Amino acid sequence: MAVDNTEVWQDALVVEAHDVAAGIRRIVLEPEHPVGAEPGSHLDLTVQIDGEPATRSYSIVESRDAGRRLAISVFRAPASRGGSIHMHALQAGDRLRITQPMQNFPLRVGAPRYVLLAGGIGITAILHMARVLKSIKADYRLVYAGRSRNAMAYLSELEAEHGDRLSVHVDDDGTALAVPDLIATVDAATELYMCGPIRLMDAVRRGWTDAGLEAPNLRYETFGNSGWYDPEEFTVRIPRLDIEATVGKGRSMLEALEDAGVEMMFDCRKGECGLCQVKILELDGAVDHRDVFYSKRQQDAGSQMCVCVSRVARPATADGSETGDVPACAHRPAVVTLDVG
Amino acid sequence: MTAIAEARTSQGATPAESAGSTTAKVFNYPLNAWYVAAWDHEVTRKPMARRIANQPLALFRTEDGRAAALADACWHRLAPLSMGKTVGADGIQCPYHGIVYNSAGRCVSMPAQETINPSATVPSYPVIERYRYVWVWLGDPTQADPDLVPDMSQMSSDEWAGDGETIHAACNYQLILDNLMDLTHEEFVHASSIGQEELSDSEFETTHDGNRVTVSRWMFDIDAPPFWLKNMRDKFPGFEGKVDRWQIIHFEAPGTIRIDVGVAQAGTGAHDGDRSHGVNGYVMNTITPETDRTSHYFWAFMRNYRLDSQLITTQLRDGVHGVFGEDETMLKAQQDAIDANPDHQFYSLNIDAGGMWVRRILEKMLDAEGRPAAITQK
Ligand code: FES
Ligand code: FES
Ligand SMILES: [Fe+2]
Repeated sequence: MAVDNTEVWQDALVVEAHDVAAGIRRIVLEPEHPVGAEPGSHLDLTVQIDGEPATRSYSIVESRDAGRRLAISVFRAPASRGGSIHMHALQAGDRLRITQPMQNFPLRVGAPRYVLLAGGIGITAILHMARVLKSIKADYRLVYAGRSRNAMAYLSELEAEHGDRLSVHVDDDGTALAVPDLIATVDAATELYMCGPIRLMDAVRRGWTDAGLEAPNLRYETFGNSGWYDPEEFTVRIPRLDIEATVGKGRSMLEALEDAGVEMMFDCRKGECGLCQVKILELDGAVDHRDVFYSKRQQDAGSQMCVCVSRVARPATADGSETGDVPACAHRPAVVTLDVG
Repeated sequence: MTAIAEARTSQGATPAESAGSTTAKVFNYPLNAWYVAAWDHEVTRKPMARRIANQPLALFRTEDGRAAALADACWHRLAPLSMGKTVGADGIQCPYHGIVYNSAGRCVSMPAQETINPSATVPSYPVIERYRYVWVWLGDPTQADPDLVPDMSQMSSDEWAGDGETIHAACNYQLILDNLMDLTHEEFVHASSIGQEELSDSEFETTHDGNRVTVSRWMFDIDAPPFWLKNMRDKFPGFEGKVDRWQIIHFEAPGTIRIDVGVAQAGTGAHDGDRSHGVNGYVMNTITPETDRTSHYFWAFMRNYRLDSQLITTQLRDGVHGVFGEDETMLKAQQDAIDANPDHQFYSLNIDAGGMWVRRILEKMLDAEGRPAAITQK
């Protein structure tokens, strides 16, 4: 069943803001149109960066009173462009624009066993799950890894709430998490939900595959495939229909072809179904496959692409003919020649 | 609509109106609850279809014997998964284009392509196997606490033996609860087996506590009706004489009713707790709404004497089968009459006290889910 994640923007009042660990601030929001948040859900909100609005996503740590109070926790990223700085400056009484809770990381109830793995600020996505699993008496373990205790939010609350089911790994205490040891405790009927630094998640993914565990039992939030290159303008040609169109930076190739009057087939428009695929006849540039429909083998073959999400780009050294020393390359957009069904 | 019925309806709109919906004729069913979906032996490696609370389910077992419940409609073109087959340790394959899902409802194979669409899932429902039944939770899964499974412990206790069946009842589930919460109908519906006039004559007591209701009725120094005389003689060969008879009805929301029933030689202290001169059974009933107007009625008769006699188990099961067949006929006729008379209301009698508490509890559960008690009539 598809979850409806259409954003509903609304006002929210900040009712509470305080630090819960070094560099981590808990912010409690009162949304204008409350709805209860499921474990694993997040909300988007608007922050100001250098006076410009930008959107950020935060996991909902806690949903009280059927969503009348939603708590998020914000880590002040050292390399932040200013989003988390803006969030850290919030005080009770401030107002924000937020979306309703949205779900990209649902918890499935009914697995024989669970492991919940949180690395650092990733605890924000995991905390609510742990609470639900405890309340329905599920067989779960909560593994919480971090650099130092004082940078690990909610640690003492979690210790009190989950007792023996919680194991804590702290780099500075010399108890860093050994991913292979963790994987060794997992059996075929266990579902593992994780949120944390990419390095940690990659290590778990590799360990999971190597141990021969079933891929669908490893759960983490996916943010789609954002491609290799920044989107840029390019040209698409369909000789059979005598069409040439320009695909702007903010448009998809599917939209550009529709605008040009080509009758296209599609369904998901997010790179999953493969219905919008076209045949590549000729290419001046490189295909930036952003779908999850093709396998790596099919993408490498380069003979087809999904036009709802995938693009064409001219990376400096992408094709043999470009040496990278052509200063005006930006003026020469990539060109793809296609046939459509 | 008659003038009285109109007055009643308009009363229903006043603030004291929970009394109005307590007499809802077609009762809604709470979803945040465990319902029996099947007997344990019904769920096998071969998927089966069953509709529970209007939701079509595919039920099957994984290779290691765990029961699983998925929505019975493939993500792709909604073909029923129950027509498919189990594959691998944990999978079920759609019969149409071969998509395979694991027991969590996540797609693990799309035969016609090299990758798996990450959106391809079917809803899975929490399942618990307990007391010889497979229970399923259709509401908010984050509230699916196993401790909320109603007590049916006699079903799997060493101290009780027996067996039962399933009735596919052509009525709203609540009519069956009404039927079991007031046993004065036995005198009229079951005259040849367990009915006797003392049932209507004797006093009864109703109590309620949280999501439970109890109705107790004792009849002293009466003749044992045929069903009970036979049971007495199974335990005490050649028994003759008067008996004390009891019926203690235990309801637990949303649809489980256990009836502690029995007779003992009159005056031997059964009412004070010494049942050793009698025979004791538990009529185990748990009712699962199938649709608004049909129900799965799972029943069994358990006894605590002559546990090893398969003959008695079979005789009791067949005997109750006959008795409940009489209820089945009445319940269907009642549902038909309700549907044929949409402008008529329910009125209540003093004997309905137990059933009315049941309705009150169900109403509260529905209210907590933000759902109305009454299903509007077609
Ligand atoms: S429309 Fe589904 S992949 Fe493009
Ligand atoms: S309907 Fe199930 S695979 Fe097509
Ligand atoms: Fe009956």
